[in-house]
Amino acid sequence: MSAEFTWEQRDLHLRGHWTLEAIASLEAQLAPQPAAARVHGTALTSIDSAGALLLLTRFCAADTQRIGFSPAAEKLIELIVARRATNVAKLPRAHGLLGMLERAGIAMVRAKNEALALLGFTGLVLERAVQVALGRRRLRLTATVFHMERAGLDAVPIVCLLSFLVGAVVAFLGATVLADFGAAVLTVELVTYSFLREFGVLLTAILLAGRSGSAFTAEIGMMRAREEIDAIRALGLDPIELLVLPRTLALIVMLPLVAFLAVLAGILGGALVGSLSLGISPGLFLARLQEAAELRHFFVGMIKAPVFALLIALTACRQGLSVSGSAEAVGRHTTASVVQAIFLVILFDALFAILFREIGW
Amino acid sequence: MTAPVIEVRELTNRFGTQVVHERLDLTINSGEVLGLVGGSGAGKSVLVRTILGLREPSAGQVLWFGQDRAKMPDAERQRVERRLGVMFQDGALFSSLTVLENVLVPLKEYTRLREGFMIELARLKLALVGLPPDAADKYPEHLSGGMRKRAGIARALALDPDVLFLDEPTSGLDPIGATGFDQLIRTLASALGLTVILVTHDLDSVFAVCDRVAVIADRHIVVADAPARVAHHPHPWIQECFGGPRAARLPGFAPS
Repeated sequence: MSAEFTWEQRDLHLRGHWTLEAIASLEAQLAPQPAAARVHGTALTSIDSAGALLLLTRFCAADTQRIGFSPAAEKLIELIVARRATNVAKLPRAHGLLGMLERAGIAMVRAKNEALALLGFTGLVLERAVQVALGRRRLRLTATVFHMERAGLDAVPIVCLLSFLVGAVVAFLGATVLADFGAAVLTVELVTYSFLREFGVLLTAILLAGRSGSAFTAEIGMMRAREEIDAIRALGLDPIELLVLPRTLALIVMLPLVAFLAVLAGILGGALVGSLSLGISPGLFLARLQEAAELRHFFVGMIKAPVFALLIALTACRQGLSVSGSAEAVGRHTTASVVQAIFLVILFDALFAILFREIGW
Repeated sequence: MTAPVIEVRELTNRFGTQVVHERLDLTINSGEVLGLVGGSGAGKSVLVRTILGLREPSAGQVLWFGQDRAKMPDAERQRVERRLGVMFQDGALFSSLTVLENVLVPLKEYTRLREGFMIELARLKLALVGLPPDAADKYPEHLSGGMRKRAGIARALALDPDVLFLDEPTSGLDPIGATGFDQLIRTLASALGLTVILVTHDLDSVFAVCDRVAVIADRHIVVADAPARVAHHPHPWIQECFGGPRAARLPGFAPS
């Protein structure tokens, strides 16, 4: 099967199959053609819309006459001529440097709007929380406990395991560096300080942002995509009270508890490495730990936990609620949720570090 | 008269103990617009899915252009599949692609056209189904139900098929939109030389566009004939459906 044509002065004769399958090779190597005065379709075996489009766009002008086409082909071509006339506009799209600048600008404005929206959402949730506290709205206890189990309790094994491993790594690192100064025993302080103040809570927050934050966004986002959120509103219920508050509360309660376990696991990892390969016996480790670990280090770590929990839960729920429509949007917002939550956690961790430094803790 | 486009012979479909079709026969002729009607749960969608090969029949044969589908070699079957276009109920557009990209999917997969011509062709298909030019770069979620259905047809028409299956094309549309859709189906069927199989509940559509109506009830095709003649068939479901108040106002049909 092939599509063929021959010129006789300004008369164009078509032959063969002018169909989608057959025109591909013709279209790929077609040089620009003059507009025909007359097109003859007598020898044409078949033509479909792809062939007709090729004929109209490459060979024909507005005043080209068609001769000898079958009634069916004539009908097809006429429909295409009529419909094409109403459909010519093309959207301009910026390329190159200008396009890059435009996208950069759009990204900046979007980042600003995201920050403002998160701030607004925080206010909204706090308002609802106050209303719950005043008894004007119900606290959804069952949902809260359910999320405490799923986001908190179920995360304990993985968080503890990772903290344990990081604790061991920090101990090795400390031993390697400190041994050069003959102070390998200070590894105890290194592990204890780093886990009490930073790593315990930070590791927990990052893991929960990836584990529970993404789940929150996907759950709420899917509900949004299937209009379940609208149904909740239409029933006179409040999605913040029903969906956001239980998740936020659950995380605020559970994250500090899980973080505490993470601290223990991390120190245990350090102690294990200490006794097995650095010659610091568990008894010595414990004695130095009691000396070194002042209560304030513990507080420095734990004060941050509920703040991180709030950041993660609010970011995740807000991203979930801003899903619109498709399955792809759910995926996009889930990604954004995790990235934003981890970014915010680390940003706030840095701010806390400055704060505690200034007040001398 | 050319050979039938699709023939279903002695088709039986079972889900566990539930028998949906039993020794069902149906012939679809080239160039006709065939309406497939039946009550909810009568097995219309299952029949269409079986014809398309999305479901293996429990027993019986489906013939595409005179060849047994089950016995075709894979390459041949794929070639014939391209001659069948399907519009699913809500369009089933890929939600991560724009409307234009949706129509481009089959073109990019199966043809070796240059990108520019492909886009021109895809825009033409969108124009053929009556979508405005600015709909091309929108995502499916931003379109109304009717526009999504139209875009679904445009994608089904991308490879210039011979046969077009439409699953509930007018459901969920307002009467004006539904009438527009009926006209669209007629226009496309006659200009593109399509054979159309229309699964529908909508009696208006049946009388407006169908050459023949096949009624599916009691696990087989009760009757397949011109709409006006089908309406007077004595089968109780047909009498209830075509004799009911919803049918009384249709033109060209007086309830007996």
